[in-house]
Amino acid sequence: MYRYDEFDAQIVRERVAEFRAQVARRIDGSLTEEEFKPLRLMNGLYLQLHAYMLRVAIPYGTLSGRQMRQLAMIAERWDRGYGHFTTRQNIQFNWPVLRDVPDMLDALAEVEMHAIQTSGNCIRNTTSDPFAGAATDEIEDPRITCELIRQWSTLHPEFTFLGRKFKIAVTAASQDRAAIRVHDIGIEIVRNAAGETGYRVLVGGGQGRTPMIAKELRGFLPREDLLPYLEAALRVYNLMGRRDNKYKARIKILVHEMGIERYREMVEAEFASGDRGAAPGTEELARIAAYFAPPALTPRPVDGVHAARAAHPDFATWVDQNGHPHRQDDHLSVTVSLKPVGGAPGDATSEQMRVLAEAAERFSQDEMRVTHEQNIVLPHVAKADLFALWSLLRTQGLDAANRGLVTDIIACPGLDYCALATARSIPVAQAISTRFSDLKRQREIGPLAIKISGCINACGHHHVGHIGILGLDKAGVESYQITLGGEPANDASLGERTGPGFAYDEVPEVIETLVTTYLSLRQTGETFLQTYRRVGMPPFKEALYADAA
Amino acid sequence: MPTLRDRTGVIPDGWTRAESAAEAVDGAKILLPWSEELTLPEAHPAEMLGLHVENSVSVEALRPVLTRVGLISIAFPSFSDGRGFSIAKQLRGIGFRGRLRATGPVIADQFAYLLECGFDEVETPERLDARQPQPQWDAALALVSLSYQPGYPGRRSILDARRAAQGAAPQGGAA
Repeated sequence: MYRYDEFDAQIVRERVAEFRAQVARRIDGSLTEEEFKPLRLMNGLYLQLHAYMLRVAIPYGTLSGRQMRQLAMIAERWDRGYGHFTTRQNIQFNWPVLRDVPDMLDALAEVEMHAIQTSGNCIRNTTSDPFAGAATDEIEDPRITCELIRQWSTLHPEFTFLGRKFKIAVTAASQDRAAIRVHDIGIEIVRNAAGETGYRVLVGGGQGRTPMIAKELRGFLPREDLLPYLEAALRVYNLMGRRDNKYKARIKILVHEMGIERYREMVEAEFASGDRGAAPGTEELARIAAYFAPPALTPRPVDGVHAARAAHPDFATWVDQNGHPHRQDDHLSVTVSLKPVGGAPGDATSEQMRVLAEAAERFSQDEMRVTHEQNIVLPHVAKADLFALWSLLRTQGLDAANRGLVTDIIACPGLDYCALATARSIPVAQAISTRFSDLKRQREIGPLAIKISGCINACGHHHVGHIGILGLDKAGVESYQITLGGEPANDASLGERTGPGFAYDEVPEVIETLVTTYLSLRQTGETFLQTYRRVGMPPFKEALYADAA
Repeated sequence: MPTLRDRTGVIPDGWTRAESAAEAVDGAKILLPWSEELTLPEAHPAEMLGLHVENSVSVEALRPVLTRVGLISIAFPSFSDGRGFSIAKQLRGIGFRGRLRATGPVIADQFAYLLECGFDEVETPERLDARQPQPQWDAALALVSLSYQPGYPGRRSILDARRAAQGAAPQGGAA
């Protein structure tokens, strides 16, 4: 994985010192609260419902054992002994005290981490495929491009006071696991007819109040043009994006209002007139690429796994459910679920983080990935080590075999933490997870992504959930709107509303009804989403509302 | 009175803002609000003529007059409205070589970025001076010394720093 050189480290150190000074200048009155707010946001510090929240960047979700151990230490020393992994592959600490934050940032800098641009109206952490560098279906490791974008977007002089936040995702695989179609800019690494590797660029996707699927901006962009092209795309957005209403300030609204053709025309004109100042040299690309050279994986016999599978059915189920094919077939990528029955999705205690660190160090080339589904991936596990890994994970309850199943729920922090929330999310997820705790039944139901947001800002990705749940406030009472048929991947779609919302207590029963309806309608081998796409809304609607009618 | 500063510190403002060229006193540098209808006074040499533009301006519309003016002042209605950064970058991109001024309540924390996008000077309202005196603007330029963006001259380019370090003592690639 990428390692800071002395200069990356220097920028982070200086940035922490700058923020320390900004905190001091806020306290002595040099900065008003209005002025300080975007500065603290750009350093990852939010003011939540009950306390500050520090969001730490995990570039494209990749981290080492040493970094995970430091996160565990930070959680214990300055927070309440746990952290929350987010849908943008970052981690949040929910209870820091303002005066401790510069020290927390110093502790992060010790392990090449920071909180730069994890919030605010700037370019955010670039996200990617959690199986990058290990997947069987990728053209190259997308993190080379992500790192290039990370550096280019860090403290960018021109794009630090944008109209609104800006999120970029990159994939290099035929199966999109980075949800690039619901990002401000989605980048797909592709090969053209001449066999050259370059980029397909999508723009204007997003969730929030006005969900949209991204449109194609450029079918093929030569590799060396990426950063100048992004600069052109961002410049047009910075100049033309709406500033009169923060809810209409994202690039998706600009592209929607001016049309993709006009936006493309402006970007191409800007790009053509530019001086290519942002283009990195081939030496810099090669320098970055060297950090992502595939690890040398020693071939290992796989015979032992069969015996362990036979002796431990739970282990076999876990491997089948949480394993993902690796390009070296005596290895697997393994998802460690942070969704135990009744747990808060994405939360991990310091003890759990240390076990994850140990697991990565012993069994996965000292590497982990945070996924946008709020789980952790160990990308390079020898099949021969799977049983030892499973046994280690079990010591901290990290062995849930539910990846992609009905209890692998994405949920935003909701009313338990968030100042914007209009309803609870985590307890809803917990109630559903408890209701469907029977793993055998979960596997019978098959792939089913439930995503829960506690307000219309859609941090819980409900628009792209196979079943989406949106918590609203109706005259002081929580009401949950259900959507069906959302999907974030290649065949991205936005969910459709079933009808009137449901009370907090009713949600698990509503999910039960939807699942039962699906099971009664499905054809052999069909997933929930496939059944929904075949039969449409009516039978589900009927099942949910027939009694009320 | 507003304060004008560049990277050397507070500087005197030699320009007089006026509504039209008719108000110009002989020999004074005059700063006019730009509009599509504005006719530039023929008699004024470029170094005596400046334009103030709103941040909704199209740089293309300014192209024909760029050689006629010595200064362009770009409005920042608030520090958080970052359109001016891109306008400055575009003006430099199409070859404007006169002075560029950021006018409005920008803050010291933005000073380095403003200079890197092509601004030479910053005119801030008087009310900001008490809270953010000159030493804060000096300090702001020294806080972060490296930059990842080679197209924005100001801080030292991290790419140059890497190249220099490689030349001095070759380093391994992968960790």
